[in-house]
Amino acid sequence: MDLDNRPNEGIENVPMQQRRDFLKMGLAITGIFAGGSLLSVASTFNRAHASDFAKKYPFKPHYSMVMRQDRCIDCERCMEACVKTNHVPNVHGAYRTTILEKETPDAIGGKREFIPVLCNQCNLPQCVRVCPTKATYKDKSNGIVMMDIKKCIGCLTCQEGCPYNARYFNEEKKAVDKCNFCIDTRLAHGEKQTACAFACPADVRVFGDLSNQEDRVFKLVHQIEKQVWVLRPEAGTRPNVFYTKG
Amino acid sequence: MYQPVIRCLCYLQHFVCLLQRDMVGRTRFYTASTGFTLHTTPHKGDKSGMVQKSTLNELVSGVVNRLKSAGMGFYLMVFISAMLVLAATGAGLQAMIQGHENFYNVTREMPWGILIAAYVFFVVTSTGLCLVSSIGHVFGVQDFMPIAKRSVFLSIATILSGFFVIAFEIKLPWRMAIYNVISPNLTSNIWWMGTLYGIYLMFMFMEYIFLNMNKHRPAVICGFSGSVAGILAHSNLGAVFGLLMGREFWHGPYMPIYFIASAMMTGCAVIIMFHVLGFKLNREKMGPDMERALEVTTKIGILLICVILFFTTWKMISGIAGQPGGKYEAVMALIQGKFAFSFWVFEIMAAMVLPLILFMISRGKNMKLMLIASVSMIIGIFVMRFNLVMVGQSVPVYLELGVNEYKHLMDYVPSLYEMIITAGGFGLTALLFLLGEKVFDGHKVEADHH
Repeated sequence: MDLDNRPNEGIENVPMQQRRDFLKMGLAITGIFAGGSLLSVASTFNRAHASDFAKKYPFKPHYSMVMRQDRCIDCERCMEACVKTNHVPNVHGAYRTTILEKETPDAIGGKREFIPVLCNQCNLPQCVRVCPTKATYKDKSNGIVMMDIKKCIGCLTCQEGCPYNARYFNEEKKAVDKCNFCIDTRLAHGEKQTACAFACPADVRVFGDLSNQEDRVFKLVHQIEKQVWVLRPEAGTRPNVFYTKG
Repeated sequence: MYQPVIRCLCYLQHFVCLLQRDMVGRTRFYTASTGFTLHTTPHKGDKSGMVQKSTLNELVSGVVNRLKSAGMGFYLMVFISAMLVLAATGAGLQAMIQGHENFYNVTREMPWGILIAAYVFFVVTSTGLCLVSSIGHVFGVQDFMPIAKRSVFLSIATILSGFFVIAFEIKLPWRMAIYNVISPNLTSNIWWMGTLYGIYLMFMFMEYIFLNMNKHRPAVICGFSGSVAGILAHSNLGAVFGLLMGREFWHGPYMPIYFIASAMMTGCAVIIMFHVLGFKLNREKMGPDMERALEVTTKIGILLICVILFFTTWKMISGIAGQPGGKYEAVMALIQGKFAFSFWVFEIMAAMVLPLILFMISRGKNMKLMLIASVSMIIGIFVMRFNLVMVGQSVPVYLELGVNEYKHLMDYVPSLYEMIITAGGFGLTALLFLLGEKVFDGHKVEADHH
C-alpha cells in the first residue's frame, strides 16, 4: 500500500473512541515511568539504614562488615580467633567481639537467634569525640577507629560514649582496647579477611570494602531484596557494620 | 611534735605576706632572729586599712596558741580525717600499682563507679561554694560578704578533694598531665572540664590570697574569673554526661543546666554547715553580720531547693510520658525500681524536702535546725550524685535489642577500696577545714569590706 499517496484523513475524522485509546496508552506509558521513579524512591526508603550511610564513602578502602545474622550458630570460633590473633586477655569482660543471644519463645519455627557484635567503626564515632587526648581516632585512610595506646589516660569516657559496648580497659596494655578489624595483626600483613570473618564456618561475617562496587560487602548492602539494618541507628553514629538475613 | 607542721602552714601565710610586700613595693626588714617581717590580716574593727606587722615567730606562736586552745575533740577529728586520707592514699596507690580491676567493682558495662560520683560531688560542692560566695564579694551584695573567705577556702579544699579522688579513679593520671597539653581534643567535654577546672583552681587560690591580703580589687577580678571558669567547667562536666548520645537518661541539654543549679544548692548547704561548725570549733559567737549572711544563704538555699525539685519533677515526668526507650527504664528504676529507696529517702527527702521544711521553720536564724538541714542535704546530695551516675549507666546499651545478656538493668556495688578512697576525699575536706580554721584564724572578714 502506497501510504505516501493516500489522502490525509485529518484529525477531525479520528473517532472519539480511538482518541481516548491513544491518550490512555500515552498515560499508561507515562504512568509506568513515573511509577517506576516513585518506586525507586520508595525502595530507597525501604533500605534507609544502608543507603543513608552508603551514600558517602569517605575512605578508600572503606572497611565494613555485613553480618548474615540468621546463619550464626554461636560456635564462637570468631571469638576464639579474635582472642588469639589480637592477644585479648583472658579476664571477665575482656573481648573485642562477642555473640549475643536472642530468644523469641512465641515465634513459629526457630525461637533463638544469635547476633554477633563488634566495634561498628562508626562514621561519627562518639568515642572519638569524647576522648580528651585523641587517644582514639578515626584513621584517615581506611576509617577504622584506632587506639593510640600511649595517649590513653583511662578515663573510660569512650566506654560510656560507645552505644555498642565495644570497648574495654586492657590492663596488660594499660589502655582501652577495641576491635580494629585486625588492621595491625592481619590486614597489615596482606591478609584480606579479619580473624573473625576468616574463622567463621557459616560465612556469617562478610568483611570488605564498601567503596568498591565489585566487593561482596557493597553488593550485600546495595540491594533491595533483603532487608539490611544497623544496630542502634538512633544513636546517630553512622555505623559501618550492617546486618541482614539470608 | 606539731612544730614542723605548724611551720609549714605558716610558710603559706608567709608567702601571702611576701606577695603583698612585693605588690605594695614597701621595704621590709630582715632580722636574723625572727626571719622576714610580715603582715597579717587586719582584724575586725581595724579601719585604718593598714596591715599589721608581725614576725614569722609571732605568726608561729599565733597558730600554736590557736592549736593549743583547741580541745581534744579537735585533735581527734584531725587524727581521724588524716587517717582517712592516709588510708585512701594507700588504697589508691595499691590499686594503681596492682591494677584497678583487682580492687574496684566497676565493669565493662558500668565503667564509672562511686569514685566518679564522689568526684562529681566534690566539684559540684566547690563550684557551688564559689558561686554562692561570689554573690557577696564579687557582685557586691553586702549581706553575703562575711562568708567570702571561708567559702573560697572551702571551695579550694573541696576541689582538691575532688582531684584527690579522681586521681585514683583515672587509670593513668600521669598521662593526662602530658597529653591533655600536647594532644588536646577540643570536642571533648572531659578535656574542657579538666582544663577549666585547672584554671578555676588557680583563680580560687589567687582569690584567697588576695582576700587575705585585703586586696579587694584583684580579689574581685580573680573571684569573677574563677566564677566564670567554674560555671564553664561545671557545665562541661554536665555535658560529659549530657552529650553522650547512647545514654538516654543523661542525653540532652538538661544536665549542664541542672549541674549549675544543683551546684548552687549544694553550695548553700555547705556554706551553712561549715560556718556553723567553724564557729563551734573556734568557740566563738557569730556577730550580727555573719548571722545575716547565713540567713540570706538559707533563703537562697530554699529557692534553689525549689528549683531542683522543679527540675527533678519534670525530669521524671519527661522520662515517663510516652515511655521513651532507655530513659523510661531508668526513671522507673528511680521511682519504683532498684534505686527507689535511695531516690525517695535520700534524693527527695534528705536532700530536698526535709531541709526545705527545716530551713523554712528556722527562718534562717535557728542555727541548730539549719545545721541539721544542711548535714541532711549534704548526705542526700551525695546519694543524688551516686544515683545520677549509676542510673544512667545501669541501662544496658543493648536493652532494646532484647537479648538474653542485657534484659535487665545492671548492678554495681562499690568495693571496699572504692569506699575507702571516697571516705578519704571527705577526710581531706575535713582535714583542710579543721586546719584552715586554726591556721587562718576562723577566716575572719573585716566589717568594712569596701
